[in-house]
Amino acid sequence: MCLAVPGKVVAIDDSAEPLTGLIDFGGVQKKACLEYVSDVKVGEYVIVHVGFALQRLDEESALASLKLFEELGLLEEEFGDAWEQAAREAGGTAAAEPENSGSEAR
Amino acid sequence: MKYIDEFNDPQLARRLLDEIRATATRPWALMEVCGGQTHSIIRHGIDQLLPEQVELIHGPGCPVCVTPLEVIDKALEIAARPGVIFCSFGDMLRVPGTDRDLFRVKGEGGDVRVVYSPLDALELARRNPDREVVFFAIGFETTAPANAMAVHQARRLGLSNFSLLVSHVRVPPAVEAIMTAPECRVQGFLAAGHVCSVMGMAEYPELAERFRVPMVVTGFEPLDILEGIRRAVRQLERGEHRVENAYPRAVREEGNPAAVRMIEEVFEVTDRSWRGIGRIPASGWRLTDAFRAYDAEHRFDVSGIRTEEPAECRAGEVLQGLIKPTECAAFGTTCTPRTPLGATMVSSEGACAAYYLYRRMNALAPQAGGTAPQEVTPVA
Repeated sequence: MCLAVPGKVVAIDDSAEPLTGLIDFGGVQKKACLEYVSDVKVGEYVIVHVGFALQRLDEESALASLKLFEELGLLEEEFGDAWEQAAREAGGTAAAEPENSGSEAR
Repeated sequence: MKYIDEFNDPQLARRLLDEIRATATRPWALMEVCGGQTHSIIRHGIDQLLPEQVELIHGPGCPVCVTPLEVIDKALEIAARPGVIFCSFGDMLRVPGTDRDLFRVKGEGGDVRVVYSPLDALELARRNPDREVVFFAIGFETTAPANAMAVHQARRLGLSNFSLLVSHVRVPPAVEAIMTAPECRVQGFLAAGHVCSVMGMAEYPELAERFRVPMVVTGFEPLDILEGIRRAVRQLERGEHRVENAYPRAVREEGNPAAVRMIEEVFEVTDRSWRGIGRIPASGWRLTDAFRAYDAEHRFDVSGIRTEEPAECRAGEVLQGLIKPTECAAFGTTCTPRTPLGATMVSSEGACAAYYLYRRMNALAPQAGGTAPQEVTPVA
């Protein structure tokens, strides 16, 4: 959760309140709040933490970080199914039904 | 050098290590505050690559780990109530309360949902007007702007079925608590980069001056950490104690003013208890009076909680940098990610989890020696 992941702004919804954009994290795309970097442009890179862009980042640094995160499996940790991960840790018995995984809320 | 080929730029890593080795003439102890940095350090064997004179002490920078048991138990009680949708980041699912965790509450029928962002919890509240939606608002300064925005939006939208169970903590008072502890050995800090992305660096010069410690703002990729260490050791050898920014690509002097403004609108500074450490004055945030209606502790009566920490868990000493996880008798025996005694064993940023995942073979069979992290089968 503490991980802040760099991503590329691929779309901005100017009508959303708070300001919202679509961010590409090396293939995984998620919505993020852009209110704290409100003058960001499509094509720029930002650091995103729990669905909020917190700062801009240059493309070279962003791509290097993303490559490393992917190699280390951190993107799976950040964006993967937390119930599955918890079930694995607990010894393989999922306490959760998949439909309640909260995925619809992501 | 073992581990180093895993770095994204092994040549630069070697150069930084050579510089650290050439600079350090005396023993120095540095604390990395951020749990993400701790994992990066253990995962890449950075502590083992460093010259003997430079010791890394792991700090309390895992928000999941320092969330007090009392708050975890309150979360469990609220989550078990009918009519409640309890939303949390995935990291909290297996953090042990006094007698269970959120994962188990879900198994027993509680409606616990994992969300990626607090705004997802807000959306659930909007779509489920007949249910109470509670978001577990933990985290350091990096997470606070998100939680502040969620509650700000709840008010704007007039959502009366949304609330936060707040357990926010702040880094600078924790640094002060660590430095004033009689047993403190820390001589320099690697300050948490993403905390500073939000808050900037204004709070640090006073701490650096008062405790005469270098504070180097550091990212959490392996090369960032080596660069942070290099700068901190250089300052220590020169007798300096300044604030330096070794993570300028993500940290500006002023931080993110818009995010800070939102935090200050919604939260006010308060004393907070840290799991395993105790109460630290002014070390947290709570909702201001204007937003008190969105405080889950006010909305739900959870005042009768009685907590009980397992006596053998030494997570508090780990979080204060007083012992390494492997010095705890329960580590890897009675305490594992499957049967955790404390949060440090299950959080993705916990020091005990890092040692268990990446050092298990070494820790349990030191005579085998030199087992590279990639040869260890992660258990989680």
